[in-house]
Amino acid sequence: MDAPETVHIPPLEPGRKPVIQVRDLEVRFGEKVIMNGLDLDVYKGEILGFVGASGTGKSVLMRTVLGLIRQSRGQIVVFDKDLDQLTPRRRQSIERRWGVLFQHGALFSSLTVRQNIQMPMREYLHMSERLMDEMAALKIDLVGLKPDAADKYPSELSGGMIKRAALARALALDPEILFLDEPTSGLDPIGAQDFDDLIGTLQRTLGLTVFMVTHDLDSLAGVCDRIAALADGKVIAAGPIETMMASEHPWLKAYFHGSRARRDSLETGHFRSSQRT
Amino acid sequence: MAQHKRPTAQAGSTVERTGADLRVSLSGDWSSSNAEACESEAERILAASTGARAVALDLGAIVRLDTLGVWVISRLCHEVRQRGGSARLDQVQPTHRILFEEIQYRPLPDTRRKGDYIAIDLLADIGKAMVDSYRDLVSGISFLGAFVSSLAVILTGRSRFRIASLVAQLERVALRSVPIIILISVLVGGIIAQQSVFQMRAFGTVHFVADLLGVLVLRELAVLITSIMIAGRTGSSFTAELGSMKMREEIDALRTMGRDPVEILVVPRIVALLIGMPLLTFISSMAMLVGGGLVTVIYGGVSPEIFLSRLQNGIGVNTFVVGMVKAPFMALVIGVIACIEGFAVQGSAESLGTRTTASVVKAIFMVIVVDGLFAMFFATIRY
Repeated sequence: MDAPETVHIPPLEPGRKPVIQVRDLEVRFGEKVIMNGLDLDVYKGEILGFVGASGTGKSVLMRTVLGLIRQSRGQIVVFDKDLDQLTPRRRQSIERRWGVLFQHGALFSSLTVRQNIQMPMREYLHMSERLMDEMAALKIDLVGLKPDAADKYPSELSGGMIKRAALARALALDPEILFLDEPTSGLDPIGAQDFDDLIGTLQRTLGLTVFMVTHDLDSLAGVCDRIAALADGKVIAAGPIETMMASEHPWLKAYFHGSRARRDSLETGHFRSSQRT
Repeated sequence: MAQHKRPTAQAGSTVERTGADLRVSLSGDWSSSNAEACESEAERILAASTGARAVALDLGAIVRLDTLGVWVISRLCHEVRQRGGSARLDQVQPTHRILFEEIQYRPLPDTRRKGDYIAIDLLADIGKAMVDSYRDLVSGISFLGAFVSSLAVILTGRSRFRIASLVAQLERVALRSVPIIILISVLVGGIIAQQSVFQMRAFGTVHFVADLLGVLVLRELAVLITSIMIAGRTGSSFTAELGSMKMREEIDALRTMGRDPVEILVVPRIVALLIGMPLLTFISSMAMLVGGGLVTVIYGGVSPEIFLSRLQNGIGVNTFVVGMVKAPFMALVIGVIACIEGFAVQGSAESLGTRTTASVVKAIFMVIVVDGLFAMFFATIRY
């Protein structure tokens, strides 16, 4: 027996198993329409890169899925549950299954890194202090921070360390979905590359589904399985990077064949999707 | 889509013992949501393994496994080995293999800062408080110096005077404070008059309430109440504004443009206070006299003519001057403390809160201290 909020919507790509489904989404701020009938699927175990020009509402879509912004029309389905039909309690049980990395980290400034990571554990899980300390240290290690970062406050960390610490907090409850808002913005190319590798490794190890808003062409080419492009309030194209490169849409052409793209690995054919079997 | 439903099976284990060999089958969810059960199962297995030579953990029946489960299992193996036994994992599911490769138990360095003895902590706290208050004094004086020198630069025409900024601050500091100051002052005046009438009625000297009220309000109360209100209303907002500008590196941005933050941010605010405080004190005095007068006339039964003539007799220009002279000093105390605390904000939200509180508390304390000093001064010169 399915609960009434359980819905089954056929995936956009037949045969794949969706984790997040967005259908006919409309978001407006006053008179301004940001999303206009947007459809999007995120499939289990993939890294989806979400691109779009600045100000087209990439972060708005992420925040709408997360429930921070209300849509004026449309359906958001996560794990086959319509989020708008859920009771607050059941919604919370869905929220436990995702972790969010905000663009600027959004670490609690009055807590140390360890306390930041332990905060969701303390709120949701019952475990001994010893295990909680060990899990925090493990997450700190997983994201590549040094152990002594645990007792630092966010104001004592560099930009790259803040991103890693925020990622560790996003992973605190072992989520199944990871939302990343511009994870590599503000990092140097080597730091960004490391961060991409880290996300790839974590995704493979923990079997995560990753929804990543990004502008970083290297991330898109190197770590994303699929890319969705946003323009005019709709997803104008979705698919692996080859599809994006072949697209005739003027914005996509400018984006993927611009001078910044040409210098990159995009055209030397160094794709993660072709490396993996 | 059965995989999407999560039947939470309790973490469980069955232990079989053959001679010195232990075979443990794990089942259910070994995941974060089951943390408590995972830990207690691991402890149970460890207790059961006492004396066992070889422990084999069969993972074939595990439903869900995440980093927490892997950590607990890996820690269990480590502890078995430490007791001299051997431990191995059997039937690891292919999807779990990568987790076990990436996550292995290792004793983690304890990086926590350790606390000393309470007595030493206490002494250290006292010492720190002493040093801090000395530093407060020094930074207060040096900030006052910075303010005066910036003001001098502006007054001698070597830097532009930001009139627009001053007017904006004046509106916020003075104009928008008028309603609340009037309201509070009328009430305080009324309350004092009511008590005075009540007490003096016993001696049949109700009409002297006007003398008492006039002196008390003009010399002390108006300026004190105004200062306390402004410290709470304006001082706190100065600290919060400057503090959040500091947090967002806006003050550093000003510095890199070669502009002095004291000149741009502090001078208009404190000058606005210096102008606004005497005006507000005057308004407050009048409102208190009106409030007190109304109560004396209506509740005390003193006729308005007698009240006014007693008031005229009881107070002189000096009474009024004593109150007004104090106002700019109070403004300086409040403004300087608020700005110092604002600039002292560090990166965290907590620090902003602490500094804002400190700004209000210190300002009110200093206002009362300064008022006491003035009382002694005027008593000495018999003014």
